[in-house]
Amino acid sequence: MTLTLTNIAKTFPGGTKALLPTDLEISKGEIVSLLGPSGCGKSTLLRIIAGLETPDAGAKIVFDGEDVTHQSVETRKIGMVFQSYALFPNMSVRGNIGYGLKMQRLPRAEIDSRVNEVIALCRLDAYADRSITALSGGQRQRVALARAMAPRPRVLLLDEPLSALDAALRGQLRDELALLLRQFGITAIFVTHDQDEAMAIADRVAVMSQGEVAQIGTPEVLYRNPATGFVARFVGDAMPLEGRIEADRLHLRGGVLALPKPADGSEVLVRAEDIRIDPEGPVSARVETVTFLGTHYRIALGGLAEGPLFALHTGLSAPKPGEDVRLSIASEALLILPRGLAA
Amino acid sequence: MKSVTKSIPLIVTLLACAFLLIPIIQSVLAGLTVNYFRGLSSGLTLKWVGQVWELYSGSIFLSIWLALACLVVTLILGVPAAYALARNPGRASRILEEFISLPLAIPGLALALALLQLYGTLQGFRTSWSFILVGHVLYTLPFMVRSVLSVLAAIDLKSLEEGAASLGAGPARRFFDIVVPNALPGILAGALTVVTLSIGEFNLTWMLHTPYLKTLPVGLADSYASMRLEVASAYTLVFFVMIVPLLIAMQWASARAQRIVQ
Ligand SMILES: Nc1ncnc2c1ncn2[C@@H]1O[C@H](COP(=O)(O)OP(=O)(O)OP(=O)(O)O)[C@@H](O)[C@H]1O
Ligand SMILES: [Mg+2]
Repeated sequence: MTLTLTNIAKTFPGGTKALLPTDLEISKGEIVSLLGPSGCGKSTLLRIIAGLETPDAGAKIVFDGEDVTHQSVETRKIGMVFQSYALFPNMSVRGNIGYGLKMQRLPRAEIDSRVNEVIALCRLDAYADRSITALSGGQRQRVALARAMAPRPRVLLLDEPLSALDAALRGQLRDELALLLRQFGITAIFVTHDQDEAMAIADRVAVMSQGEVAQIGTPEVLYRNPATGFVARFVGDAMPLEGRIEADRLHLRGGVLALPKPADGSEVLVRAEDIRIDPEGPVSARVETVTFLGTHYRIALGGLAEGPLFALHTGLSAPKPGEDVRLSIASEALLILPRGLAA
Repeated sequence: MKSVTKSIPLIVTLLACAFLLIPIIQSVLAGLTVNYFRGLSSGLTLKWVGQVWELYSGSIFLSIWLALACLVVTLILGVPAAYALARNPGRASRILEEFISLPLAIPGLALALALLQLYGTLQGFRTSWSFILVGHVLYTLPFMVRSVLSVLAAIDLKSLEEGAASLGAGPARRFFDIVVPNALPGILAGALTVVTLSIGEFNLTWMLHTPYLKTLPVGLADSYASMRLEVASAYTLVFFVMIVPLLIAMQWASARAQRIVQ
């Protein structure tokens, strides 16, 4: 299903502008993630698409050419997976999964066969007749997905579906979910505040900040060509360098970096993996702390930014805290972005 | 020495139990002895119980009928009221909840007087059982609302309903498929409380009753005032037999509902 959102905004009764006017177009079978920090309006946008929240006047929500702006949630034929799963404790796994089909008044036999089909797809066979309270977090998550998918919704909306799980399980279920969503071939919108999750699952990611979509694009585009400093910081943890810019030179306390283009009035950001310890490098910095993380060392460097700047260092040994080291940063790796736009 | 200090609390407990139980046992026995003043040696009989049945079976049935009617009314009013309060938490809801609970703070006598002043002149209503029912509903409704509300407040009702709505369930389906089944422990505890309170209610009912409408406790007072002691005691026995199982069931249901709340 194609989803077209035009001029979607939300002001809550207290006056909170949770969402500023937003347009979004999602094509058939696409999985889009809404990524952003807490309170940026991700859930609000998702709930407006679901019909659980009414947008401000002037909004238009179109599902496959059909204007659903004024339809209630019951009639929109959406599937929703909630952060808390919202499984019905008074029904078994099978009862939960079949509930949407029951609402469609399908014949008993068809309900059973479609429930069984989804149960098999989500590998829930062993738990089908259990009560919800007798399931683990990961199993509940799969039941929530199966319940939303069984009625074959036009679009699947997921609000932080993995955040109630512990870290180890979250990683595993993230890949499973990505695979399942593609198997279903459904158009889906996925809310998360975890960039790894967004990148692993989504075809396109919409990065949101303070009620606005700051940038929307594939994970690669967001990572390589962030549109704002906010996107660069949020996707891939870019850090700003502190210094004086003169045309295509950045004068840092410990040396001068060549920039790919003149950057007066902009800010320059860099990612930890692009900072190289290099005896021939043009810049020097003081090592503050060194953390060994197995695959790499994380080194905090002083003198390049307001706070410490982190460098990711692979190798068999690392410099010691207190040492001065020389660094190099490839000029293509420097992100030059307008200063002060979208925090 | 140690065993003595240990056994003191036990002895105190047993004495307290005896203090409570002995009058009850005595009363029950009085209802079963042929002649109370000659004691157990006069023999045991069910004659008095039979007499109670003859004289007061109307009261027993009226009480059961009133309790069931009261239950139906408090279910119809109380469950949706608790649901509305749970779905709209806020100052207005708190005030409304206090308002519903007001009859708890007012003595039954005062409540009855107010009802008499308000409706006493409506002859048909004044003399019908539904007049007493109104009093019982006013008195028991807060128990039903609070019991259901405490269970509803403990579950994530909003998300559950949103989940059901996203699957195509309208408001009525959500109420009967999701709200009621999940509130069931609270409804059950509330129902047993309402029935127990309605059957045992005396203050209010005594003010509202007419000579032709005597409930179980009113009949009990009547029998103590006008019958021989054995009959009144047998009446107590009948009353116990009815109310004790209800009390036990109520305790059990409340404990069950409490487990959900925690
Ligand atoms: N019902 C409401 N009434 C008033 N303000 C609300 C309501 N719901 C959300 N808000 C406000 O709207 C803003 C956006 O909320 P929203 O839930 O969309 O954020 P979010 O991006 O989903 O955050 P999180 O990651 O914490 O879930 C927040 O400032 C929040 O406080
Ligand atoms: Mg949210």
